Amino acid sequence: MSTVSPTPAIDIDREKGNFSYPENYAYDAGVGLNEKVVNYITDVKGEDDWIRNFRLKALRVFNNKPLPTNWATKDLETIDFDKIRYYLAAGQKPKRTWDEVPDDIKETFERLGIPENERKFLAGVEAQFDSEAAYSNIKEAVGKQGVIFTGSTDGLMEHPEIFRKWFGKVIPTGDNKYSALNSAVFSGGSFIYIPPGVKVSHPLQAYFRINAENFGQFERTLIIADEGSEVTYMEGCTAPKFNTATLHCAVVELVALKGAKIEYITVQNWSSNVFNLVTKRAIAEEDATVKWIDCNIGSRLTMKYPGVVLKGRRARGEVLSIALANDGQHQDTGAKMIHAADDTTSNIISKSISVGQGRSTYRGMVHIPKHLKGCKNNTECDALLINSSSRTDTYPAITVRGNDNSVQHEASVSKVSEEQIFYMQQRGLTEAEAMSLSVNGFVNDLTRQFPMEYSVELKRLIDLEMEGSVG
Amino acid sequence: MNTLEITDLTVTIGDKPILKNFSLTVPKGEVHALMGPNGTGKSTLAKALAGHPDCQITSGEVLMDGESILDLEPDERARRGLFMAFQYPSEIPGVTIANFIRAAVQSRLGEEDDFEATTYYKQLYKKMDLLKIDRKFTSRAVNVGFSGGEKKRCEILQMAMLEPAYAVLDETDSGLDIDALRVVSEGVNSLRGADMGILVITHYQRLLNYITPDHVHVLWDGQIVKSGGKELALVLEEKGYDWVKDLAPA
Repeated sequence: MSTVSPTPAIDIDREKGNFSYPENYAYDAGVGLNEKVVNYITDVKGEDDWIRNFRLKALRVFNNKPLPTNWATKDLETIDFDKIRYYLAAGQKPKRTWDEVPDDIKETFERLGIPENERKFLAGVEAQFDSEAAYSNIKEAVGKQGVIFTGSTDGLMEHPEIFRKWFGKVIPTGDNKYSALNSAVFSGGSFIYIPPGVKVSHPLQAYFRINAENFGQFERTLIIADEGSEVTYMEGCTAPKFNTATLHCAVVELVALKGAKIEYITVQNWSSNVFNLVTKRAIAEEDATVKWIDCNIGSRLTMKYPGVVLKGRRARGEVLSIALANDGQHQDTGAKMIHAADDTTSNIISKSISVGQGRSTYRGMVHIPKHLKGCKNNTECDALLINSSSRTDTYPAITVRGNDNSVQHEASVSKVSEEQIFYMQQRGLTEAEAMSLSVNGFVNDLTRQFPMEYSVELKRLIDLEMEGSVG
Repeated sequence: MNTLEITDLTVTIGDKPILKNFSLTVPKGEVHALMGPNGTGKSTLAKALAGHPDCQITSGEVLMDGESILDLEPDERARRGLFMAFQYPSEIPGVTIANFIRAAVQSRLGEEDDFEATTYYKQLYKKMDLLKIDRKFTSRAVNVGFSGGEKKRCEILQMAMLEPAYAVLDETDSGLDIDALRVVSEGVNSLRGADMGILVITHYQRLLNYITPDHVHVLWDGQIVKSGGKELALVLEEKGYDWVKDLAPA
């Protein structure tokens, strides 16, 4: 018996999300990417020319930008942009009740537990199936407070005065190759506006589901919390396990105006063939707080570094992240904190777990320029290695100038020891249970800060991963 | 049948034989003490019984209530009622004592048999009071930053909660001051009874002042060379271990 086997052959159990229904799309942009595809998407959506031009310009930026393989993994080269389908939709408006949602789509989300969660604890739900939302609803009481919760297309058409002001301002098209791609072909995602002083007590949730093979999902989310308002947004995602690569390439922009609070929670559980290349950034004005809680369990490759631009005085940014990289997975995640005003504080806590041949990478960027005063950053990154073949890398780039600013950085790498597993087994826990408990213990001080529903879900996902990890 | 029966057990670590045709039977209701100098195989016996992967069993048999346990995983042995108090218990960062013991208790129940949290905590607090463990301890991570005495008390707390059929206490007295020794011993004594067989492994006689054994065995070079009643421990205290060398088979 070996307690920690070096190369377990893992078939990752994502059974909950591993199913798909026959394709039935009224609108299909075909395979490959060119101006025709971009125009097709804009025509189907009936968008104005400003957005058509925005998209076409983004396509040119995308085509001109090289792959970031000078610093990132060469695995990016395996994405064949000519073989991906960029837009698939049933051609119907999102429904306000689940009864109106087509049966197979409704069944998909029922199997994923979305309507049930909505009844239990959510203030509103948007459920996206491939390119467009199939369901979108907000509790009446929340809507009455003036909260807007809709899709990106409806946002730009029905609320242009708010939408245009912030769209593409937090993350410019040319930020990186994948944000440019999203800007060219984006569809779906959420547009949220919280009026001044409104505190939404229950979370709003979006669920992103990929059903089709060779597909790329490019949702675009923009959340604006006006002065003194508060909102929590949660997103979940799954896809069936196809044999070919699937692309998920989102852009998420958050704006927290003076004194506002935004909490953005992600539990990413894509199947192991999905390239998950997501750009997430927030602007925090004076006294505003933005907190990203980012959990990456699935996907083949995830590259995601949620950031906060601390633009107003006393603004606060936080990234709490957990990544679990199993066999065949690379979680390349981290955080960015750009301090741009006095007395701003940022906190980054990152925990990664590498299992089998899994690889986790932390990349952090903290920038505090010389002319600022009273800025503080705390960065902690801890890595846990399960097997001797597991890998972890850390690239913290912390630039702190000026005498009145402070930074604190801690990093650790630890391993689950055979003795620890044996000790737990001696108390009656199976090897897999012992592994799960150790891993959950490792992330415990972070998950305690998560909303209960999400920490329970996360624990369940970790248990599933660790079950397959012992040979 | 109500015994832990070890027969002709030979255990090697690496390629080195540590226990050589070792035999010992511990019936329920009795406390046996296994004494011996360092390096004679005491801790190897404890590890081999619990199923540590480093211990290769090259011959012999271990029967628990008449059934062999040698082919069982460590956790299966545990769930059948074998408990080992570790000499050096492992740390489990982030996992609280309350959650760890609860997971251990839960592992002995079926998946459907969830037990009430209130019942569990009532039981846990009762045992903690007995072992003079502060209730705040429940929220501390298992063995992380514990003193030697705290670790040993935590081991006995787990034993009290899991109510094993057979318990092996590996050098439970090591690293304890006299007060901690007394508390831990009282804890063990309170668990003694007709339903539990206990094997106390120790280098020193002093633990046996508090936990009075029914039988004492002396280990030398992987074998028991002398057995007797509790008075044997006193002889060892007086004469040291040198004289037992002569008892070893040539």
